[in-house]
Amino acid sequence: MIKAEQKPVDEILKYLEPYNKILLAGCGACVTVCHAGGEKEVSLLASTLRMARQKIGKPLEVIEATPTRQCEPEFALELSERVANVEAVVSISCGVGVQTVVRHFLKTPIFPGVNTTFLGETMVHGVWEERCQACGNCVLEKTGGICPIARCAKQLFNGPCGGSSKGKCEIKRETDCAWQLIYDRLKALGQLHKMEEIIPAKRWGVESRDSGPRRIVREDLKV
Amino acid sequence: MSDFDPKIVAFCCDQSGYPAADMAGNLKLKVPQNVEIVRVPCAGRIETIYLLRALEKGADGVLIFGCYEENCQFLRGNFRAKSRLSYASQILEKIGLEKERLEFCHLATNCGVKFVETLQQKSEALKRLGPNPAKIA
Repeated sequence: MIKAEQKPVDEILKYLEPYNKILLAGCGACVTVCHAGGEKEVSLLASTLRMARQKIGKPLEVIEATPTRQCEPEFALELSERVANVEAVVSISCGVGVQTVVRHFLKTPIFPGVNTTFLGETMVHGVWEERCQACGNCVLEKTGGICPIARCAKQLFNGPCGGSSKGKCEIKRETDCAWQLIYDRLKALGQLHKMEEIIPAKRWGVESRDSGPRRIVREDLKV
Repeated sequence: MSDFDPKIVAFCCDQSGYPAADMAGNLKLKVPQNVEIVRVPCAGRIETIYLLRALEKGADGVLIFGCYEENCQFLRGNFRAKSRLSYASQILEKIGLEKERLEFCHLATNCGVKFVETLQQKSEALKRLGPNPAKIA
């Protein structure tokens, strides 16, 4: 799922300097799971912002809302009435949710309250690690289910590099070398021959976002 | 601010803090006047937002009275409460409020005296800090 982290409070307060009444909108999907922008985080941030502004004698009214998914128009539009009654919106959904709200409420300033960070897995409660970069052409079949794009610092398709040492990455010593993990996994599966297969260079411009934002169209689903 | 009587919200675990408060009452110990006790089934029930909301709604300080370590009936409730208090303290620091306004106190059912002493000390400490400038109520 998408992982995010709350922006520094100072930064959010800076955005809100000219405003006295705002909507703080969370999202009930990914950012709820990573505790960055769910209903609880909306309450916490709203309380924090109110107190920070009260302290400097410039009270801020904060309306709280957490639609089920901010990245879906049906849910984003549930905010209409509340958006109409505020001067600005802080969205603590991921960047997708922020832009969905922007698309539907063109006349209201919308500010991001989180930094959308990566697509990741929950390791234990409170710890998340990057696992996918949405590169557009999945190679997990070739690499034993370990992604070299997301997990190798150099994004090598035919690793390991010379910097792998005792199973750890030379860029960050606490990070497992993705290609060591791939080797161990393929060995366990009895598929080490796959290490000899050359994976051709990725066509970033065709498969990924180097030629602009990607789009998926499913004619059968359109209404 | 000699006439300032700090308002304290005291979250009391039902397994330790609340019976200790009860004991203090039975012993007729002098509790600071401006204290509001909130009884919770376990300190682990206290969410971070409860701490912030208490300050926002008029408290000058917040105390959590929870069980001693390794003594929680629900195993980790007191640790969870301490983590949340620590998180709330970080939030306070970010907006320029004193983290000393929040405090955790470990005790047991028979700690009526400690309960009162901790409240008295907190009240004195809050008098030195002054009123909570972020309260909205």
